[in-house]
Amino acid sequence: MDPVRIIEIKQSVFADNDREAGRIRARLKKEGTYLLNLMSSPGAGKTTTLARTVAALKNEMRIGVMEADIDSAVDAERIAAAGVRSIQLHTGGMCHLDAGMTEQGLDELGTADLDLAILENVGNLVCPAEFDTGAVKNAMILSVPEGDDKPLKYPLIFTVCDVLLVNKIDVLPYFDFDLAKVTEAALRRNPKLQVFPICAKTGEGMEPWLAWLRTQVREWIK
Amino acid sequence: MHELGIVFHIIRTVEHTARENNAAQVNSVTLELGEVSGVVHEELLSCWRWAVKKSPAMAGAVLRIETVPAVTFCEGCGKTYPTVPQGKICPHCGSADTWLRQGNEITIREIAVH
Repeated sequence: MDPVRIIEIKQSVFADNDREAGRIRARLKKEGTYLLNLMSSPGAGKTTTLARTVAALKNEMRIGVMEADIDSAVDAERIAAAGVRSIQLHTGGMCHLDAGMTEQGLDELGTADLDLAILENVGNLVCPAEFDTGAVKNAMILSVPEGDDKPLKYPLIFTVCDVLLVNKIDVLPYFDFDLAKVTEAALRRNPKLQVFPICAKTGEGMEPWLAWLRTQVREWIK
Repeated sequence: MHELGIVFHIIRTVEHTARENNAAQVNSVTLELGEVSGVVHEELLSCWRWAVKKSPAMAGAVLRIETVPAVTFCEGCGKTYPTVPQGKICPHCGSADTWLRQGNEITIREIAVH
């Protein structure tokens, strides 16, 4: 038997994923497609927010949505009902998407004729934050019933996101949720974070978020 | 369960390195794991034992974990302190203007092959 050799690697576990994510961004830039990665806990209102967002924008840009879940096609059906192309990705038990899975999804969705592709990541505040999906920007939703201590408990996701949507503000009077405290704690983690309080159910506060997304897509595909 | 995703990425990188170096079999992988990387050791090892069985080049390979202590640097007073007991606020001067210097890494240091 050959003698044992030691080979030094000294590489982050995420290095190959990060390279792949970089390749995806380069491909999307060339194709003129903007990819947004949307993350949150389960039940924060990702699908409702998405449905309202695509309904508002679908006449000004070509949109496609990838719904990632461990199982079921419930979300993809809701987005299809909102009137845009959507596919369901199954992660087969994994709690997040990585760049490789995202690329497979993009191929299946078909991005050549899209201005905006949105990835609804698996509902989870921990793992999706660790894996770069190749998206141009990351957005997250924190909903009022989840509590205002989340930036302290799950700091990483607040660090990697560009936008924080604080959803379900219609129920603020019934919860001990301090919007100013959340904003301050989140900005301490990430001073560049844009915070938009919204209610996806009623449509309240959606316009600044839609304006942000419009500008992002326009800048990327021009 | 991000441990499973992390294990898949380690296996992919190690298989690639082993192939490049004409190694038939991987005996062990040494991982530097930050104290605040959010990875649960037992969970990682359990995923590891399950996943390496599926890789011909890595069946039976041992995963060695070396913990990297978490250290925070304070911009306020220029000192460092251990992150885990203290958190975000500097115990020397009370400043919140601090950042993690080390302790969140998950690095594949080396592999032993034959």
